[in-house]
Amino acid sequence: MFTIVEKKVLSPGVFQFKVLAKKIAEKRRPGQFIILRVYDEGERIPLTIVDSAPEKGTITLIFQQVGKTTTLLGGLNEGDDILDIVGPLGKPTHIKNFGNAVVIGGGIGIAPVYPIAKGLKKAGNRVISILGARNKDILILEDEMRLVSDDIQITTDDGSYGKKGFVTQALQELIDSELKVNMVLGVGPIPMMKALCEVTRPYNINTLVSLNPIMVDGTGMCGACRISFDGKIRFVCVDGPEFDGHRVDFDELIRRNRSYFREEKAAMESLTYHEGPRCYERFES
Amino acid sequence: MEPNEIKERLKIQRHPMLEQEPKERVKNFFEVPLGYTPEVAKEEALRCIQCKKPLCVSGCPVEIDIPAFVELIAEGDFIGAARKLKEKNALPAVCGRVCPQEDQCEKMCVVGKRGKPVAIGNLERFAADYERERGEIELPQILPDTGKKVAVVGAGPSGLTVAGDLVKKGHKVTIFEALHAPGGVLMYGIPEFRLPKAIVAAEVEFLRRLGVEIVCNAVIGKTDTVDELLKDGYDAVFLGTGAGLPYFMNIPGENLVGVYSANEYLTRINLMKAYRFPEFDTPVIKGRRIAVFGGGNTAMDSARTSIRLNPEKVFIIYRRSREELPARAEEVHHGEQEGLNFKFLTNPVRFIGNKEGRLEAVECIKMKLGEPDDSGRRRPIPIPDSEFKLHIDIAVVAIGNGPNPLIPATTEGLDVNKWGNIIVDNDTGGTSKRGVFSGGDIVRGGSTVILAMGDGRRAANAIHSYLLNGKK
Ligand SMILES: Cc1cc2nc3c(=O)[nH]c(=O)nc-3n(C[C@H](O)[C@H](O)[C@H](O)COP(=O)(O)OP(=O)(O)OC[C@H]3O[C@@H](n4cnc5c(N)ncnc54)[C@H](O)[C@@H]3O)c2cc1C
Ligand SMILES: Cc1cc2nc3c(=O)[nH]c(=O)nc-3n(C[C@H](O)[C@H](O)[C@H](O)COP(=O)(O)OP(=O)(O)OC[C@H]3O[C@@H](n4cnc5c(N)ncnc54)[C@H](O)[C@@H]3O)c2cc1C
Ligand code: SF4
Ligand code: SF4
Ligand code: FES
Repeated sequence: MFTIVEKKVLSPGVFQFKVLAKKIAEKRRPGQFIILRVYDEGERIPLTIVDSAPEKGTITLIFQQVGKTTTLLGGLNEGDDILDIVGPLGKPTHIKNFGNAVVIGGGIGIAPVYPIAKGLKKAGNRVISILGARNKDILILEDEMRLVSDDIQITTDDGSYGKKGFVTQALQELIDSELKVNMVLGVGPIPMMKALCEVTRPYNINTLVSLNPIMVDGTGMCGACRISFDGKIRFVCVDGPEFDGHRVDFDELIRRNRSYFREEKAAMESLTYHEGPRCYERFES
Repeated sequence: MEPNEIKERLKIQRHPMLEQEPKERVKNFFEVPLGYTPEVAKEEALRCIQCKKPLCVSGCPVEIDIPAFVELIAEGDFIGAARKLKEKNALPAVCGRVCPQEDQCEKMCVVGKRGKPVAIGNLERFAADYERERGEIELPQILPDTGKKVAVVGAGPSGLTVAGDLVKKGHKVTIFEALHAPGGVLMYGIPEFRLPKAIVAAEVEFLRRLGVEIVCNAVIGKTDTVDELLKDGYDAVFLGTGAGLPYFMNIPGENLVGVYSANEYLTRINLMKAYRFPEFDTPVIKGRRIAVFGGGNTAMDSARTSIRLNPEKVFIIYRRSREELPARAEEVHHGEQEGLNFKFLTNPVRFIGNKEGRLEAVECIKMKLGEPDDSGRRRPIPIPDSEFKLHIDIAVVAIGNGPNPLIPATTEGLDVNKWGNIIVDNDTGGTSKRGVFSGGDIVRGGSTVILAMGDGRRAANAIHSYLLNGKK
């Protein structure tokens, strides 16, 4: 059903899939995501819809291999099917002409930033992008982001490309410059999102972040994805994934995302690796 | 029936079902009651005195012809009994297991006035299992195609009933289900040891064979809206989306790692099969000391599920006393046999975590019962300075569910009450929106499988006449 029609390796361990999912391709709007299951015994995991081609009926997914499910997913090839895909889930980004919009993507977070940047550009914003990565080799979507940005800055932790340093420094410099920053949208590792909210807080700049808690159903039924927002419970899968970052309890989210670190490790260890097309296989005892 | 025969029949004692021993069953997820043998079923069926005016039938929300199916069992025509059941109830193997019979059919049975009532639920289960296990399932007659199309949203008991009824009447039916597997609470909520998932799957497969199309991974309100379904050629829509929004207690520490909603806990374990991790990928944290908060079926299911994960202790913390427990008596009994620790008249005040944000303890306060409240139950009130700490590493919050707002929020002109439940006409299940019907938990709040199915039956009849003559 959900056939992979194109597979690309963007950087080591980061893949881009184009997958047949006609309905979702038609319906989805920037900021929304899907939940997929690779095979019958598999887990349900959320991934952002990076782009879509309604005429071809495909959606684009970009993911990083971090654990068992994403590792197995990366082992699939063109022509293989993904067992289940449900979506589009979550609220679309509230897109309008804010004026000067700064979009920030860190690491794999550039994938969810791209569709929003594209939407903001289309709505008439001046889009200033800041992309951050540990080093040059793992920077993704640079060309695509250039196409939808009026201005772009790149930072790498080791200085192997762009400016050496973190996206927060680049953001601070932008704020200190002549430019009036009307809104900031940032997606990346949670500590990065937390840090950039601290940069914008003193200036009261509208700052949106897209959150990535652990999810199960994605329809508001289980509460696995709950966060504290101004001290109140919100479900990221239906109330988000985007929130006003100044009101999110990031430390709690970091702790909750570590809920299963022991189990995740055990799951990875049950995978066996061998040479060949489907290099990771589920361990059969 | 001759008075003599009645006398003979009344002498037979009720046959309990054999069960897995408590010590054994807490180590597995297999079903607890083992079912009747054909001999025992026949004996039990003979206890029914075949009342002319069977009161039991008035206790059954879908009005199964109970004396008729029971007599067929007594005669040894088990397949005939199953077919008799299916005239009124599409899911007899499910209802025989999960119906609160003691409050419904069996409560009304005249034999129960003096001794114990006829074991209607056990017999229903027996006949349905017999038919399924023999594979002798007969497809009912399907009326000629009417050319009408119906969309059913949600594959829980209400939606499955609507689909089965309407497909038999010759309409084309498509079920849209948000999850990857149909069944609703039967699949993700009620545990394997009370309702084996293979049974739900077989019932769903039966609907497919009748011609019902089931589209999983379709969240109505997102993938398609109700208005889009109506525009895309569906002549009527049934909303059976259930009460799937978990309530939390709003006390400090509720987002600590180790605090679950019952929905999440049960979904991980039942639907995603976390009890078989790592063979299945979805994990659940296995606690040493687990506390379940609440006193209904969901709390009992969460606690009995917990005890099967081999912890030291499982507590059920309930703010009223034993008398007010809303869970089925049978479940409480099973739970006690399995070693659950009940803490009555106790309410949590806050959860306490360690440095990593993982649950370590719960602070509770003792309660006493005061005056009766609106629901007629005595209101629990805290006893000052009675706080105490209980060390736990898993908490399961099972205090109830509300209606999911997704569909009302995306459907023009669909009226809901102040709790968010869809408002329907009592006779038809029709909503404020033309061509849209509803029933089950999304209308009633949490209720029962059989009431949801009764709603489905009522709505199917109304949809049928709406489709044929345009009137609700
Ligand atoms: C709305 C949303 C959009 C996302 N978009 C993308 C994306 O476009 N690209 C991408 O690479 N990643 C994305 N993620 C993160 C992605 O879902 C996780 O990387 C993935 O679930 C990891 O699964 P695993 O089995 O490979 O790893 P695991 O070993 O299971 O987990 C590794 C880490 O991933 C997180 N995680 C685990 N299970 C889940 C789960 N069921 N749901 C969410 N997070 C989980 C945990 O923090 C965990 O520590 C998104 C997450 C959310 C919530
Ligand atoms: C743990 C637990 C134990 C229970 N035990 C018993 C018992 O022993 N006996 C008894 O009689 N009752 C019991 N109940 C109650 C009973 O299960 C419910 O009353 C019954 O399932 C309600 O049926 P329903 O058809 O209204 O909805 P549900 O069974 O809730 O099914 C609704 C379905 O709709 C789907 N859905 C929701 N929103 C959408 C959407 N937007 N688009 C598409 N699909 C959607 C859901 O995924 C779900 O599959 C129990 C309930 C729970 C939670
Ligand atoms: S469906 Fe439920 S109430 Fe009706 S006869 Fe069967 S067990 Fe009793
Ligand atoms: S009321 Fe009891 S005895 Fe009478 S018909 Fe019903 S089951 Fe049989
Ligand atoms: S993932 Fe279950 S409620 Fe959000």
